[in-house]
Amino acid sequence: MVNSIANLLVVLAFAPLLPGVIGKTKAFVAGRAGPPVLQAYYDLAKLLRKGFVVSRTTTWVFLAGPVLSAVAPIVAALLLPLGGRPASLSFTGDMLLFVSVFALARFFVAAAAMDTGSPFEGMGAARETTFAALAEPALLFGMLALTRLSGSLSLTHMLDIRAAGAWQKASASIVLILASWFIVLLAENARVPFDDPNTHLELTMIHEAMVLDHAGPALAFILYGVALKLTVFAALLVTLLIPARSGGGAFDLALFAGGLLGVGVVVGLVESSMARLRLVRVPQLLVTATLLAGFAVVLLVR
Amino acid sequence: MTALDLLAAAALLVGFSGLPGLLLPPGSAAAQRVATVLHVLGCAAGAAAAALALAGDAVTVRLTWSWPPGTATFALDRLSAFFLVPVFVVSGLGSIYGEGYWAEEHHPKNGRKLRCFYGVATAGLALVLVAGDAWSFLVGWEIVSLAAFFLVTTDQDDAGALRAGWIYLVSAHAGTLVLFAMFALLRDATGGWLLAPSDALGASPLLRPILLLALAGFGFKAGMIPFHIWLPDAHAAAPGHVSALLSGIVLKLGIYGLVRLLSMLPAYPTWLGLALVALGITSGVLGVVMALAQHDLKRLLAYHSIENIGIILIGLGVGALGMAQHRLDWAVLGFAGGLLHVWNHAAFKSLLFYSAGAVIHATGTREIDALGGLFRRMRFTGAAFLVGAVAICGLPPLNGFVSEWLIALASFRALTHESGGVEMLGAAAGAPALAFIGALAVACFVKAFSAVFLGRPRRPDGKHGAGDASRSMRFSMGSLALACAVIGLWPTGAAGISRRAGEALLGTRASPIANADLGALGGMPLFLLGVITAAGIVAVVLTRKAALTTTWDCGYSLSGPRIQYTASSFAEMLVGMFRWAVLPDEHRPRLKGPFPAAGQRFETHTPDPALDRFVLPGLSRGKSLLGLLHVIQAGRIQAYILYIVVTLVLLLAWSWSW
Repeated sequence: MVNSIANLLVVLAFAPLLPGVIGKTKAFVAGRAGPPVLQAYYDLAKLLRKGFVVSRTTTWVFLAGPVLSAVAPIVAALLLPLGGRPASLSFTGDMLLFVSVFALARFFVAAAAMDTGSPFEGMGAARETTFAALAEPALLFGMLALTRLSGSLSLTHMLDIRAAGAWQKASASIVLILASWFIVLLAENARVPFDDPNTHLELTMIHEAMVLDHAGPALAFILYGVALKLTVFAALLVTLLIPARSGGGAFDLALFAGGLLGVGVVVGLVESSMARLRLVRVPQLLVTATLLAGFAVVLLVR
Repeated sequence: MTALDLLAAAALLVGFSGLPGLLLPPGSAAAQRVATVLHVLGCAAGAAAAALALAGDAVTVRLTWSWPPGTATFALDRLSAFFLVPVFVVSGLGSIYGEGYWAEEHHPKNGRKLRCFYGVATAGLALVLVAGDAWSFLVGWEIVSLAAFFLVTTDQDDAGALRAGWIYLVSAHAGTLVLFAMFALLRDATGGWLLAPSDALGASPLLRPILLLALAGFGFKAGMIPFHIWLPDAHAAAPGHVSALLSGIVLKLGIYGLVRLLSMLPAYPTWLGLALVALGITSGVLGVVMALAQHDLKRLLAYHSIENIGIILIGLGVGALGMAQHRLDWAVLGFAGGLLHVWNHAAFKSLLFYSAGAVIHATGTREIDALGGLFRRMRFTGAAFLVGAVAICGLPPLNGFVSEWLIALASFRALTHESGGVEMLGAAAGAPALAFIGALAVACFVKAFSAVFLGRPRRPDGKHGAGDASRSMRFSMGSLALACAVIGLWPTGAAGISRRAGEALLGTRASPIANADLGALGGMPLFLLGVITAAGIVAVVLTRKAALTTTWDCGYSLSGPRIQYTASSFAEMLVGMFRWAVLPDEHRPRLKGPFPAAGQRFETHTPDPALDRFVLPGLSRGKSLLGLLHVIQAGRIQAYILYIVVTLVLLLAWSWSW
């Protein structure tokens, strides 16, 4: 338990590193120097010191968005096994809470965007809720497949598929889940090809459009939430992928952290190598993710 | 005095609560006060009786009289009591709500009628739920159907309400007709009118037709797609607290009927579970998609009732699949979740209809895109709507999450069993379907809540200056919001009650199962609430020196409230994806230049795809064909009696010839 919480704190502290890694990767591919790896920390420190400006149109719902966008990934991180340790908080059916807290955050982030009365933010909110609706079943299908493989109803054991010898029994299904969840990771975290985090002021963007009016500490909450959410989704993939475990300790944590950074590099390479999809194509890719995960379940249940 | 006696007294009190008011002149506030007091007293007694029955053993009373069928049986068991609780709670709160919403001084023409039938409908609901035989069941069923017709057409001068009322009346009786056939076959299969578990039923060759007829007949009442045709119009036309009663309670009669029939089965056929899951997913997904396409706040909520009936059916279906596989751990989760969703939907949907009613009362419009920015004027109503919206999306830490958690967990639990095959896939489909439905519901309620309450008023004229709801309306909304929170924050209590009610579905095969899965819910929502509160405090501390400014709009100055994203634009993408199911009407003008000419408008309308695209056109096309029957339909009752006699003689002759 103590060890799990220690790992959790490490993850919470190092989450803002991941966007930095993605940025560095993209800069490296493009032959630029790029922002420092620690840029997200500098941004957070700056924003927390700043004042706070709100629109006269808004109500308290406007503040609920940033709060929940930081809380949701923290709760989700509590439920995940991190760095070879069991989750800090584990119970039957915790995977459903994992999915639901993100939905709760989405509700309030989108409502906060609508609260400003700005058409840009409304547009972002509409797109975010639309695409998330298509991504969520993929997550659930993947979890169903993992339950089938592991016989467990909680994330800690469900993701520990090595113990069940699942790679030998059902590698096809696992590969399908990994592919599906990687697409979900890109969609849920507003990365290319679904959204371009660098295009701040265009009609094509999704997540960035929703948070246009947030400033100062509220924006810091949102940025930290974004970084941690990416880390949490990366942790899902890394935990499934890690091939070996020493039985606890620094080795596992280092392997896990290396995995997370690896996911960051892969995301950066994806962003360097392709453009954002046209909006009409986005649902098709998400449905593909759902079908892949659904296929994994069908293979296992037969 | 048994719980059943108390319940009988309560039903009589509620059923006649509107009568004294009829003796007083129209427009008298005293008449309304008397009716409300009697109604609330009756509902309190009824809720107490239901609570007693939930805690105690089943009571059965058999009355003998000389009228057919000779006996009337009334039974109050846990399953009945479980459905009775929301009946009395929502009906009682609705009557209090009506004090402010349909005040007698403003509605002298129809207020007395409304309260009279509101009481009768509640008493009829109680009668259906304690009916122990098919006869009393159908009598109660008919009382509810007729009373609901008068409730929907409360405003008899409103053409829309009358149309909705007639469509409702016809559909309700189409459903009842199917039920007549179902109960007739049921009597053949079980050898009696009693609604009690029967081993003969399982072996009967009539089982499949009985179940299919029940799905259709109860489906009409529950608003299951494609039998939902009456539902959106009726809910939209009725007064707010009547919509709440219809949606929260009357629909659940269909679920109750189905559950009561399932409790009579000795064994569950696999196809039944698969059919329930499939029907549930269809109703759930299409219900929420059609809701997304609506511009009318109450029609939007009405389509969400279809969605929630779908969720309940998924729960029952997953449970039935578990029973077919003899896996009680999985079945109990499905049944408990499905039943608990009956309570939850009654709470949050009534809450939403109450707060939508308050908005309509204050602004005089149901058009979502004409509203906006109401949160500043109606803080209480807005907060109540928000609670209902979060709950209906199945989000923690409120009650909708608890029941959907149970149903989804049943899906997961199913996959931990070794066996495979189509039952497994059917059960497994439950969890992703719920996730999809829930995520679509998030989109729909972000749209509804923010278009109505957030941003700036879209139409600055009119009654937008109205204040918050009256005290009686706030009381009813507050109570239901509290109920949503209590079930959400103390899930093991409510889940335990629904599990015990669901034991009726597990039959005699299972002694009470201690299910560890239920306990896992435990402190989770409370914990989450704590985390959110803590983070909220941090946020408030960090941001307390907020400076006010205008909304930043990328360098342009915000030109006015009309630039805001509307509800229709918000839903446009999702509705577009489901165009094949929603079948919206689009009037897209052909533009001859960069700007539309004067009078060119882009409009969308979303009539009900089943009613307005198929049923009504089909009926009017069939009218000319049916006109041929006019020849024999002379309008003389003597002729009709002659037809009956001739038919009977022919039938007798036919039966003799065998």
